Amino acid sequence: MNTHTSLILKLAGLAILACVPLSGESFYVELIAKTLVLAIFAMSLDLLVGFTGLVSFGHAAYFGVAAYAVAQLSPKYEAASLWYVLPASVGLSALAALVVGLFVLRTKGIYFIMVTLAFAQLAFFVFHDTPLGGGSDGIYLNVKPTAEIAGWIPFELDNPAHLYYFILAMLVAVYLFLGRILQSPFGRVLVGIKSNEHRMQAMGYRTFRYKLAAFTLAGGLGGIAGFLYAVVFGFVTPELLSWHQSGNVLLMVILGGMGNLVGVIAGAFVFTGMQEVFGSWTKHWQLVMGGVIVAAVLFLPGGLAAIPGRIKRSLQGGAAND
Amino acid sequence: MDFVSFLIQTLNSLQYGLLLFLVASGLTLVFGIMGIINLAHGSFYMIGAYLAFVLASTTGSLFTAILLGIPLALIFGALLEWALFSHLYKRDHLEQVLLTYGLILIFEELRSLLVGDEVHGVDIPAMFSGSIQLSEVLSYPVYRLAISAVCIVLAVALYFVIQRTRLGMMIRAGNHDRTMVEALGININMIYRVVFALGVALAALAGMLASPISSVFPNMGSHVLIISFVIVVIGGIGSVWGALAAALIVGFADTFGKVLLPELSGMVVYIVMAGVLLWRPEGIFKKG
Repeated sequence: MNTHTSLILKLAGLAILACVPLSGESFYVELIAKTLVLAIFAMSLDLLVGFTGLVSFGHAAYFGVAAYAVAQLSPKYEAASLWYVLPASVGLSALAALVVGLFVLRTKGIYFIMVTLAFAQLAFFVFHDTPLGGGSDGIYLNVKPTAEIAGWIPFELDNPAHLYYFILAMLVAVYLFLGRILQSPFGRVLVGIKSNEHRMQAMGYRTFRYKLAAFTLAGGLGGIAGFLYAVVFGFVTPELLSWHQSGNVLLMVILGGMGNLVGVIAGAFVFTGMQEVFGSWTKHWQLVMGGVIVAAVLFLPGGLAAIPGRIKRSLQGGAAND
Repeated sequence: MDFVSFLIQTLNSLQYGLLLFLVASGLTLVFGIMGIINLAHGSFYMIGAYLAFVLASTTGSLFTAILLGIPLALIFGALLEWALFSHLYKRDHLEQVLLTYGLILIFEELRSLLVGDEVHGVDIPAMFSGSIQLSEVLSYPVYRLAISAVCIVLAVALYFVIQRTRLGMMIRAGNHDRTMVEALGININMIYRVVFALGVALAALAGMLASPISSVFPNMGSHVLIISFVIVVIGGIGSVWGALAAALIVGFADTFGKVLLPELSGMVVYIVMAGVLLWRPEGIFKKG
């Protein structure tokens, strides 16, 4: 696929997403809004898993920290300013990622997977057991933040359509930002670390610092998703930090094909789609989901993003090898 | 804390730590020898506990349930290795994480379909149902002592098998260098299957033993899984004796953490792990 067709397809996808609120079906608007939030979350994890080669199984922690931060920083019966709570909650999740990163990045491979999971569980207990969270019931965010700047209100997050477009704009912003980062020398180093960390070290890069920067950045971007999630649903519970949440987002990244931002967005749609469809069949939808995952690993290495390439190869009789 | 309650907490720590060792030893062997990260290992603990509940309520005795349950768990483990895990050896960790995560969902839903979502109790066998009087008001249940004893016997047996038998020699060699073992004409696939089945059976046995004291409830495997990960991290991957020491550390940290720092109870274990990571990121017992 050349860059022109790819750009046209992306813009077409964006146009379709932009039309969703026009349908007026509030159920679907909220569902797609939730999916877009998860897509942002999955893209933030893809920076680690797909581009830097760090398989984090505890990414829900940063999602949850930002979600709790909005709920705690907002006054109980008044709207907080968006321009204060958004940077504050994202900053807090980035800070949490920085601190955790200092520990977990000392490990590699299987250790890294287990240790990130353990730290996410620690974060879960912080919000579950201490006064920082509201126990297992969670906290309500009674009033959504306001976008007011000196009396002027550009949009209202109370309005579902405005909220939807705000989320879509954040998705595009995160997508462009990550694309920009990955083109930069910093992003090139991350990709280099993924393919061979020792070589990068031999070339004189202090890879720990790069990995820590990536981990912190991914935590902050995951925080944007957590912030939006809390605003959409109006309450936060420790479940947001649970390891199922970390597992699900990892699933989206892998389903979409790691290291491919558009694929990861598609992964988020496929995941919520499966959840909805299987959920409408049976209460035990996780059984079907688990079966699909197991089958996907056994029969579909490379994720959804590998499918076009595979079709192309089979059409060309296996001759193409790009 | 007076002496008697200190003694009780010490015994509790030992019992909890030894039980965790049963789960973590299989996990660390599967990591070390097969290079597989198995998120579904906690599910084997859950399956063991539910097996104990179902078998004990049909046969009327936890003893019979355990005697029937162990061979069932071994067969289940061998089948699972043959059907699924044997396809994972050459895959990367991410795919292993994915497949075993899918397995957790499947096991939990099957559990929900077959046994339901209620919390169940399992009766302590009559001969262990008493308790030992330690002071006028405090006593200690015999069943917990019995669990510790069973775990110690198993740990000794595991030591004997790994250090003194031909199978153990092959397992140790496989842990060290699997290509070399294959080159020497040893059927490594058979070793893998045995180790995996053994790991499943140990985790299931831990679940069966724990069922009367912890009761049997949905998602009981996930907490044990994460704690076992912490143990493997502290002890070092592939080290069974590291797992034993780490399991005891975790048992003591968790039990005394609950008594001394109740508001931090859930976190103490993870804080210990963070400390170990700063000190020795490869685990306490990892050589070189």
